[in-house]
Amino acid sequence: MQGPESKGLEVRGLSKHFGGLTVSENIDLDLPPGARKALIGPNGAGKSTFANLVTGILPPSSGTIRFDGEDISALNEPARVRRGIAKTFQITTLFPSLSVRENIRMPVIERKRLGYSMLRAANGDAGTEAEVQTLIDQFELGPLAERPVDSLAYGQQRLVEMALTLALKPRVLILDEPAAGVPSSETHLIVEAIERLPKDLAVLVIEHDMDLVFRVANSIIVLVAGQILTEGTPQQIAGDARVRELYLGGAHG
Amino acid sequence: MGRFVPLILLAVAVGLYFLLPYNLAFLTRILIMVLLVLSLDLVLGYAGIATLGQAAMYGAGAYAAGLFAIHVWADPLAGLVAGAVAGAILALVSGLVILRAQGLTVIMLTIAVAQICAEIANRARDITGGADGLRGIRMDPVLGLFEFDFVGQVGYWYALIVVAVIFCFLMVLGRSSFGLSLRGIHESPARMGAIGVSVYWRRVAAYTIGGAIAGIAGALTAQITQLVSLETFAFVLSAEALIMLILGGTGRLYGAAIGTFVFMWAHHTAASNDPFNWLFVIGAMVLAVVFLLPKGLISMPAALTQIFKGGRDAGT
Amino acid sequence: MSLLLNIAVDGVAYGMILFMIAVGLSVTMGLMRVVNLAHGGFAMIGGALAHWLLQDLGFGFWLAVPLAVAGTVALALPLERLIYRRIYDFGELQQVLATIGLTFLMIASVNLWQGSSLLSIPLPSALSQPVDLGFRTLPFHRIFVIALGLAVIIGLWWLIDRTRFGIKLRAAVDNRATASSIGIDTGKIYMASFGIGAGLAAIGGIFGAELLPIDAYYPLRYMVLFLIVVAIGGMGSIPGSFAAALGIGLTETAARYLVPDIATIAFFALVIALLALRPQGLMGRA
Repeated sequence: MQGPESKGLEVRGLSKHFGGLTVSENIDLDLPPGARKALIGPNGAGKSTFANLVTGILPPSSGTIRFDGEDISALNEPARVRRGIAKTFQITTLFPSLSVRENIRMPVIERKRLGYSMLRAANGDAGTEAEVQTLIDQFELGPLAERPVDSLAYGQQRLVEMALTLALKPRVLILDEPAAGVPSSETHLIVEAIERLPKDLAVLVIEHDMDLVFRVANSIIVLVAGQILTEGTPQQIAGDARVRELYLGGAHG
Repeated sequence: MGRFVPLILLAVAVGLYFLLPYNLAFLTRILIMVLLVLSLDLVLGYAGIATLGQAAMYGAGAYAAGLFAIHVWADPLAGLVAGAVAGAILALVSGLVILRAQGLTVIMLTIAVAQICAEIANRARDITGGADGLRGIRMDPVLGLFEFDFVGQVGYWYALIVVAVIFCFLMVLGRSSFGLSLRGIHESPARMGAIGVSVYWRRVAAYTIGGAIAGIAGALTAQITQLVSLETFAFVLSAEALIMLILGGTGRLYGAAIGTFVFMWAHHTAASNDPFNWLFVIGAMVLAVVFLLPKGLISMPAALTQIFKGGRDAGT
Repeated sequence: MSLLLNIAVDGVAYGMILFMIAVGLSVTMGLMRVVNLAHGGFAMIGGALAHWLLQDLGFGFWLAVPLAVAGTVALALPLERLIYRRIYDFGELQQVLATIGLTFLMIASVNLWQGSSLLSIPLPSALSQPVDLGFRTLPFHRIFVIALGLAVIIGLWWLIDRTRFGIKLRAAVDNRATASSIGIDTGKIYMASFGIGAGLAAIGGIFGAELLPIDAYYPLRYMVLFLIVVAIGGMGSIPGSFAAALGIGLTETAARYLVPDIATIAFFALVIALLALRPQGLMGRA
């Protein structure tokens, strides 16, 4: 499937209304393999709504979402995950009493369609365990692997969350505020983790922290009141008077 | 510590057989209740489905096994299969509707399903015997070798082996990928959706397996007591099963066994004379568990430590 | 024609009784988020008190009824304080268990006090007489119950729409945290609504005794019925409970007249079909 002809994610004219309220309006966005894009905007601009539309948690009011040419607009969340579209959560929702290893094992099992396997132990598949270990090593979670995740520091939980999402082997990854709630002393862990993501993965970061955005993205989309205001390189966005107005005007959260 | 508890429980069950040779009927009833509570532990403790209607599948299994023995084949093991199939089908069909709802509506619908079953069994008098109960069940010997006796020795061993086999099955299931995914659903349904799991279908599957096990429990009752009454669908039975499970502690299997044993024993000693006085005991017991031991008897050691340390136990 | 009128009158009267008993349950569930399986117990306690005052103490009907309702409220308020307030923050399952425990205690207490037989509440002659409407006669009890139900819904509407208490109640239903942060004493609101709900259940229990006979097992026997009203009406919605109670009253009555053999099964099947299509109930919030 994936190859030179892969077109990645193509969003065209996507809109969402809640009653009379328009939260997303006519959004166009491309996310080809290897993209490193960021979606920024003030609170209430509709960033999370957009993420939920793309992952299938919310049905769009109009517009289409294509993935490698296939129209996926009508598919539900599990079906889109199986096609390779994954998202991390704005607020960490891991499996709190399970260990780091069990948390990461869960998506590997589901990706391998072993979720209905009832007689074999969950940790009994060598291939699965090797994959889990690779992810634990990749995110340097080794010393924490057997601890329940609710005993971990917040920044570490966000790393577990990224490892868990990456275990789905996604081809499009949406990171919804990966640094939200993480103390600034731990932000570098998140940045490094994003930099280590597979090169051909299409990544969209939704984030408030401009510092982080400028370090990881090579293209930035600014969303205001549900509409795209502008899209450009970090330099272009930094130099854009409207964006500066928006952020220096006090809307920065 | 959990590793050896099942073996200790098995040893206790074998020991009781020799200690109380004249109470085998009562001990067998405990074993059957353990099985019903185990099915509830899978549905509620693992899959997180709040139900007050597990008796529906128990009753369905009991009637199915009874009718199967009377009209088709009186082989006990075949009867267990009939009970399991009936429980599973009822759970699957009702679960498809019930599990679309949430919270209170789930609880209410589970109660309603059990009431409908009772009403159907009551109306279909020609088949089920209605309020008189289904009579005339005569079982063949187990495996063609062991005839059910009046003292209930064969019945006890038969029930014990069935319960032990299903206990082992549930232990395996709990450690399997499916079991892990149920724990995941219990802890964070939203996250399970995000990793591509259809939470609804996974819950339907767990509810169906739980229904099959409850059906086997019902089939055991039908075969051993040779009688099926409308009481098998009773709300009080579902409620008591829930109380036994919470009393013992959810999600651990042996908690279900311990809770059932303690509850049944208290019932036996406190209240064989007056069911209403028994309701005082059980009402007070339930409130005590909710307020003092929210995680059940298996949390007792930890809770006591907490009290002696002077710490406050946070409710669930 | 006569059959349709019978179904309509009996069904609406039955619906009014269901509404009076279940509305308190709906409000507690919407407001305090408590799954209160013991709510039917308040209808039973009201009925049992009325029976005791009428039969054992020889009080007049119109004195016994308000005393029985007041007695029920007087029992409900300390229960709210001692038991319910502690379980508001518990999980659903713990609430279910605690209120089942409470239900068992209520059943056992009423049995200890009045026995397990039927507790009759004889109506005064004014209520039991038939009334001539010109084209036909109807039992006055039905008409009285319908009028009472209408008075209750109007009274509740006035209380919630027109009084300061109502404003606070609505704020607390919408968002408990916000309500208490702007200085509303949610504890008092809870207690008052709980008391009102229990009092209405007692009224419904007493006047509904002809349709739903009072005995010690009452709270268990009719638990599902009251829960259905709330589930279909939508938790916390008073108009929803009213519409659901009337619909259920009419449906069940019609089923009893038209298909008596399978009335219960037909009724439950309809309820399940409705909830399968609308899991949130008629007026419930998602």
